[in-house]
Amino acid sequence: MPVCAPACVRLKLILFLLALTLCCGSLPARASDDALRTTLLQLHDADFDSKATLIETLAALDHPRVALILNALSASQLYYQADPERIVIGTGDGAEITIEDAVSGAALGPVTKRDLERITTNNQMRSLIEDRLASLGLSSADPQQRRAAVESFLRNPDPAGAERLKARLAVETDSKIKELLTLSLALVDLSSPDAAVRTKAAEALGGQLQPEIRGQLAKAAAEDPDPATREAAQRAVSRTEFRLQLLGGAETLFFGLSLGSVLILAAIGLAVTFGVMGVINMAHGELMMIGAYTTWLVQQWLPVNWSLPVAIPLAFLVAGLMGIAIERGIIRFLYGRPLETLLATFGVSLILQQAVRSIFSPLNRSVATPDWMSGTLAFGPLELTLNRLVIVGFCIAVFALLWLALQRTRLGLEVRAVAQNRAMARAMGVRSARVDALTFGLGSGIAGVAGVALSQLTNVGPNLGQSYIVDSFMVVVFGGVGNLWGTLVAGLSLGVANKLLEPWSGAVLAKIVVLIFLILFIQKRPRGLFPQRGRAAEV
Amino acid sequence: MIKTMPKFLPWLAAGALALGATLAHAADTIKVGVLHSLSGTMAISETTLKDTVLMLIDAQNKKGGLLGKQLEPVVVDPASNWPLFAEKARELLQKDKVAVVFGCWTSVSRKSVLPVFEELNGILFYPVQYEGEESSRNVFYTGAAPNQQAIPAVDYLMKDLKVQRWVLAGTDYVYPRTTNKILEAYLKAKGVKDEDIMINYTPFGHSDWQSIVADIKKFGSAGKKTAVVSTINGDANVPFYKELGNQGVSAKDIPVVAFSVGEEELSGIDTKPLVGHLAAWNYFMSVKNKANDAFIKEWHTFIKDPKRVTNDPMEATYIGFNMWVKAVEKAKTTDPDKVIDAMVGIEAPNLTGGTAKMLPNHHITKPVLIGEIQGDGQFDVVWKTKGLVAGDAWSDYLPGSKDLVADWADPKIKCGNYNTVTKKCSGQNVK
Repeated sequence: MPVCAPACVRLKLILFLLALTLCCGSLPARASDDALRTTLLQLHDADFDSKATLIETLAALDHPRVALILNALSASQLYYQADPERIVIGTGDGAEITIEDAVSGAALGPVTKRDLERITTNNQMRSLIEDRLASLGLSSADPQQRRAAVESFLRNPDPAGAERLKARLAVETDSKIKELLTLSLALVDLSSPDAAVRTKAAEALGGQLQPEIRGQLAKAAAEDPDPATREAAQRAVSRTEFRLQLLGGAETLFFGLSLGSVLILAAIGLAVTFGVMGVINMAHGELMMIGAYTTWLVQQWLPVNWSLPVAIPLAFLVAGLMGIAIERGIIRFLYGRPLETLLATFGVSLILQQAVRSIFSPLNRSVATPDWMSGTLAFGPLELTLNRLVIVGFCIAVFALLWLALQRTRLGLEVRAVAQNRAMARAMGVRSARVDALTFGLGSGIAGVAGVALSQLTNVGPNLGQSYIVDSFMVVVFGGVGNLWGTLVAGLSLGVANKLLEPWSGAVLAKIVVLIFLILFIQKRPRGLFPQRGRAAEV
Repeated sequence: MIKTMPKFLPWLAAGALALGATLAHAADTIKVGVLHSLSGTMAISETTLKDTVLMLIDAQNKKGGLLGKQLEPVVVDPASNWPLFAEKARELLQKDKVAVVFGCWTSVSRKSVLPVFEELNGILFYPVQYEGEESSRNVFYTGAAPNQQAIPAVDYLMKDLKVQRWVLAGTDYVYPRTTNKILEAYLKAKGVKDEDIMINYTPFGHSDWQSIVADIKKFGSAGKKTAVVSTINGDANVPFYKELGNQGVSAKDIPVVAFSVGEEELSGIDTKPLVGHLAAWNYFMSVKNKANDAFIKEWHTFIKDPKRVTNDPMEATYIGFNMWVKAVEKAKTTDPDKVIDAMVGIEAPNLTGGTAKMLPNHHITKPVLIGEIQGDGQFDVVWKTKGLVAGDAWSDYLPGSKDLVADWADPKIKCGNYNTVTKKCSGQNVK
């Protein structure tokens, strides 16, 4: 049996470190609580310049709670209490917050927010705090903290700190951090007095995408006194540019696909109601809005991270039932009269909007994004935003499910039969009225599901539907009425085209150009990309 | 849908009651028109202002009314429909014979009602920050002119944050276009080069910001401190800020200073990723002083919701209302001509601890505050102008408007756009 298991070793290490901090902490004149308190109290009346000096003083104070206090200040959680006069750390949102004494850490219970005065910070101070905290973490055992320390150095390369970096590089084991350290040192070398060192540094830095490095390189390429260094820097810059262009292209493609998937989500329900049934449903956007509001309601009851899986089926149900109600209540009396259907559903859309305004207020509702959908996912240097990635995946899933439902289920068969030849289908025993209601419900339910996705991207408010209705019709018409694959191809190609145009024409013009193209295209091919063939086309 | 029907019933009843009340008290009240959209796209912002006016009227009536008479609100709904604004304004002035109107939010709605107010000699108090380049005898502008919001904000970025590259991003309509024109001229006058300014316009309600944010990121990685000056309108802001957060653009790298994002807009967003981004206004809810605390308390009691926020246009409405009350008291009548003449020079307290004064150009003096967004949807003031800034109707940085002044007090001028070079007044509403 080993004398000490790995866990035990770690424990010993921790104990040792603890002992080290305890003993060595007390050797130099350890900052007293009083010193800390006096410095903190000065924060209250200080303007931002003197606050910056005070932060420096605090960071230099050797007191175990300094890091905690600075973090609280950075997060706007540090407050001044006038009576009794002290600085406290407050947590919690809303009118009441729980406070603890900043110096002693003693819990002081909840107080009303208006009795406290927040110690204000600004961005410069936050950066300063981050840098001070990070530079303390260069020798931390946690690789993430070490990384943060090096990154903070990269942002503000300070030749004075280079020695510490070199020392760290010698003992660093993590290869990523090693790379960063090398880069940081090269960045310091870029301002060395020796031209040869500068040239070498410039060569090492070429192709690196960090904005700080690019900025310094561009400066060297333009202003360096030594021609050789200048040339090396210029070469390095053009290498970076080339990589950037490649990256930009990949990025644009992803943006296009992601916009396309949003368009498909918005349009796919319409492809069912308009494409398969031929009903022009102007209230389609409002059904998406209902889906988005369902998400909001779910978030009122469930934790954010779990809300979406619950919201998706619920939104499908709510919007689907609403759709069935609209079909049974209004649309079924108007089959074969497209203009009247258009007007009636437009009326429904206005009623739904105003109803939401009356019930939920005209203000937008804040729908939070779950943690697993926030941030970016890095594929090498290409960073893709997670929420967009999830929505692209979600779009594919919805499309696949719908396609399966239409191709592989009895309802799907009946839907297709009624769409192709209503009279014949009825003669074969299909209850066409029921199929109509269910088809409309299916299309509406999908709109509701799309609303859940949209709630993660845009405003959840009474106007949500209006901003997507035109785009949805555009996609369905372009793709060819009555063809799901057409909707898929049309949505993706419109999305990508829009994003390709946007960089050089601007967002406003890109939209116009796409619309003009669509008008011309419809002139040439009135039935869209994938026209329906056979009997259905003539109905 | 059918279930929601009964929701409308109490309203109808209330409307009928209000109508009854109108008939009963028609003789001994002063009517105050409220012209804010209660439905349609702008309802999101304007409903709050309607409630603010109602609250102020209520408070004034509790104090004994005005000139011994009670104030009576006449609320109409122009439904975010610009021509309807003009019709409703005409209805208020001709049919209801209101003494004053508080209303409008967008510039296009103001432009739409302007001829009506001038034709029928009404009084309009306009409470929203706008692009300037206008001064009408019949309109009092209690929101900020560009020199009371945009220019000080840019000064702050330039001096305090040492910003050298500028992205001017806006929604494609008159306010952002004019403001950005003024800012571009101002930046160039300060020596900023063409290649350090990027201007970008997007359609109303733009929701896909991926490429634009990526562009801003690229633009901001040239080694010079970059900031975004945003005149992006209401609804498009949420997806814009969400995209900034998602692509990892933090306020520490590229701060965004917005002119149309206030507490109300933030209440519809999860503000965690926005902490540190900036907004320039003349009022923030977080400002601590007795007047503001009392106002917030009154608002919460009136609206019966302690979570509702206050914002800058509400303060502008508050100032405008109190100025009008003082002017009527001074003129001892609600006759439009006498009130308009009495208005210039009237002072009323603002909610940031100072006093606003009505200037001869029908704009007011205001402090300019820069606030940073906090995690709780509030702003922390990080910068403030030393004193009050006088609203300038005609920008000094646009070639066409440099020589123009507005002065409704000086009997020799009495004009909204007097050209100091040609010494001529070029009519009321000339571009």
